[in-house]
Amino acid sequence: MGCVVRNPACLCPKEHSLRPVQIKISLGIAVVVGAILWLAISGFDESKAYFKTVPELGEMGHDALGKRIKVAGNVKQGTLQRDPTLTTFVIELEGVTQAIHYTGRAALPDTFKEGAQVVVDGRLRPDGIFEAKEIQAKCASKYEAEYGPGGNAAMPEAMREAIERGATEKPH
Amino acid sequence: MNDIGNFSLILCFVFATYAVVTTVWGARTGRDTMVRSGEHAALAVAVGMTLVLVCLDVLLIRSDFHIEYVSSYSNRDLPLFFKFASLWAGQAGSLLLWSWLVSIFNAIVILQNRRRNRELMPYVVAILSATSLFFITLNLFVSNPFSELTAQFQDGTVAPWAPQDGKGLNPLLQHPAMVIHPPILFIGYVGFVVPFAFAMAALITGQLGNKWIGLTRRWTIVPWFFLGTGILLGGNWAYQELGWGGYWAWDPVENASLMPWLCGTAFLHSVMIQEKKGMLRLWNMILIILTFSLSIFGTFLTRSGVVSSVHAFAQSSIGGWFLGFLIVMVVGAVFLLILRLPELKAHNEMESMASREAGFLFNNLLLLGACFAVFWGTIFPIVSEAVQGVKITVGAPFFNKINVPLGMALLLLTGIGPVLAWRKTSGESLKRNFMIPLVIGVGTAAAVAALGTRHPYAILSFALCGFVTATIVAEFWRGARARQRNTGESFPVALWRLTLKNKRRYGGYIIHFGIVVLFIGLTGKAFTEEGQFELGIGERAQIGKFELRLDRILEADNPNYSSGRLLLTVFKYGKEVAVLAPERRFYKASQQPTTEVSVRSTITEDLYTVFAAMTPDGTQAVLQVWVNPLVNFVWGGGFTVCLGTIIIMLPDRALRRRRERMIGETVGAGREADARA
Repeated sequence: MGCVVRNPACLCPKEHSLRPVQIKISLGIAVVVGAILWLAISGFDESKAYFKTVPELGEMGHDALGKRIKVAGNVKQGTLQRDPTLTTFVIELEGVTQAIHYTGRAALPDTFKEGAQVVVDGRLRPDGIFEAKEIQAKCASKYEAEYGPGGNAAMPEAMREAIERGATEKPH
Repeated sequence: MNDIGNFSLILCFVFATYAVVTTVWGARTGRDTMVRSGEHAALAVAVGMTLVLVCLDVLLIRSDFHIEYVSSYSNRDLPLFFKFASLWAGQAGSLLLWSWLVSIFNAIVILQNRRRNRELMPYVVAILSATSLFFITLNLFVSNPFSELTAQFQDGTVAPWAPQDGKGLNPLLQHPAMVIHPPILFIGYVGFVVPFAFAMAALITGQLGNKWIGLTRRWTIVPWFFLGTGILLGGNWAYQELGWGGYWAWDPVENASLMPWLCGTAFLHSVMIQEKKGMLRLWNMILIILTFSLSIFGTFLTRSGVVSSVHAFAQSSIGGWFLGFLIVMVVGAVFLLILRLPELKAHNEMESMASREAGFLFNNLLLLGACFAVFWGTIFPIVSEAVQGVKITVGAPFFNKINVPLGMALLLLTGIGPVLAWRKTSGESLKRNFMIPLVIGVGTAAAVAALGTRHPYAILSFALCGFVTATIVAEFWRGARARQRNTGESFPVALWRLTLKNKRRYGGYIIHFGIVVLFIGLTGKAFTEEGQFELGIGERAQIGKFELRLDRILEADNPNYSSGRLLLTVFKYGKEVAVLAPERRFYKASQQPTTEVSVRSTITEDLYTVFAAMTPDGTQAVLQVWVNPLVNFVWGGGFTVCLGTIIIMLPDRALRRRRERMIGETVGAGREADARA
């Protein structure tokens, strides 16, 4: 766009100041970019949430009050209680637990169950209960963690049993 | 079988390396036979990768549970179709699909250009083969689909082992739309490697004219088409299957697919400026580099687990590989760009704001602005953690706040742009072309407001849709009338022939119209109504103009799953119109509950019902209902965009004949010049 100063063949020596159309276009670009930035900054404040794991939430202590937080953990076995209006459960990670009250209107995701990996979105109440407005549960994931000893994925039951039996024969 | 697969992978690895080396060496030393040899090696890679795919599929169909991948994603009772499709259900298999697609596209490009573009081809093939090599490396060493299960026993021996049955494909994925969603998306993602390779070859050889753009037009619109279709399919699946009443959540993985699409759309438009006016050549280079980088970045986001998403929670080291590839690619591309910077200056200047060039410029600005906003919002948790040590996420309100106004502005441009002339549009022309559409736009706004709409963005959106539709109709009308005058054809015939003779232009208008329809659908979201009800048998729920009466609760049990189903009679303004039966299933093998939504779809709205649960005392059913106005315009709009794109992609016999004649003449002239020299 415009006369390129570097070009030695440029035959317009006087034109190195901006022409009217270039000013208009630059102005237009500035307006659009400015509007986008303004929308971004105001939108950001409205919807930002801190992302914490259960232990990290515990470390926050009183700092956690008054902030919108997303907490990641696993639903602890035996703690899930479902009501039409209130669902309660406990999430845990690395031994730390947190009680959750789900008060959102949406139905819980199909993948939500005990043992599932979840992210709960909401606020910590002064009484220590975390009130969640939204729950995300691990999807019918295609990209699971690698199989293997000590891996995240659970060993198939049959395999575990075979090992416990101390099988000396090779299975087919 | 897996040994054959592994062996083939190794062979492909070797051939791909050979292809990269010989094409570049052949080009540098001017030895065409070397280049051809490299091309043949690349063709062999395509054959080899096909064999690898076949091997994995045979293993899946045979239910060979020795193989870890098979036992993870398949099971004995899985229908054959899903056994075949479980090929791309997991990391290793989907990466194999990537490799295969790159090698196939490489082969197609080679076969298309046997007698053309011989200066560019060595580098094109080199870059495509290098990309192939990267993915084959992942297939062989990082995420091998053929790895076998082993068991270690108490006495320390390790032996191959196979479970009786596999874990099976998650029921949520056992759905036709979900099955084709990954391959279609991948064709989109991977397809952008071709225009990228041509762009890099143009930079390397200094052939920076419009040749590389003309060549890659088709190679850009095809992946753009597949990517867009894949995105819509994913949204449609989520709507049909997941039961949360929506189709887009600004989830990081969703955003990852949207970003290359936005960038690709900008590229498709701005290349028109380069073709017509020789401007924005540097910008087009930047755009195609950005588009392909976003493709790779997209798959990096999905597979690495760096951002938390419903689609991917797994942490994996594979992210590092993609990041490395991305960095090498971007650094290399930028280096080449800087090298050729002086030669990329424009041949022309922008003359007026009321010109098509300016229109395209702002189109690009808005699309890239949206892309940037989505990018920023998606990676913000990573950045905030790196900078402040705190992970901060942003949600849907952030993305909507920016993208709704940008969408409105883009919609406006869609109406104005095609009518602007190159260089400068006269005031006369502007008045003539925009008077009626403007009136129609304002009229639509008035009509919509009269019907009770108060939401300002909704009114604006409908008004713009009216405006743009009017400009598109006017274009078809004027074009067909002019043709009628010249040929005496009937109006429908003139319309048909007009479109086929100017596929790019009128196919483009059809795509724009599809976008308008899509926007009408998106605007409908502002009027969604939602309710949750506890109903006993015979009780009614009321939402909007509908009443639903619970008639019966049916229960069923089979080896695959147990289920409960609600039979609902639907009344609209008191009159009975439909029966809906939302269901809740529990799949026994995977212990997975699913919701089967029941929807009454009309052009005006969807009545969307979900059987959420039974109340604890078991006497009432918990029913969730959504009224989603205009949602079918989203799918209808998407379909129209597909139609327009197909029209554009149709081969142009007259153009090809002209092109072949030109090539023949150029070759002949070249031979003459050589003879004279």
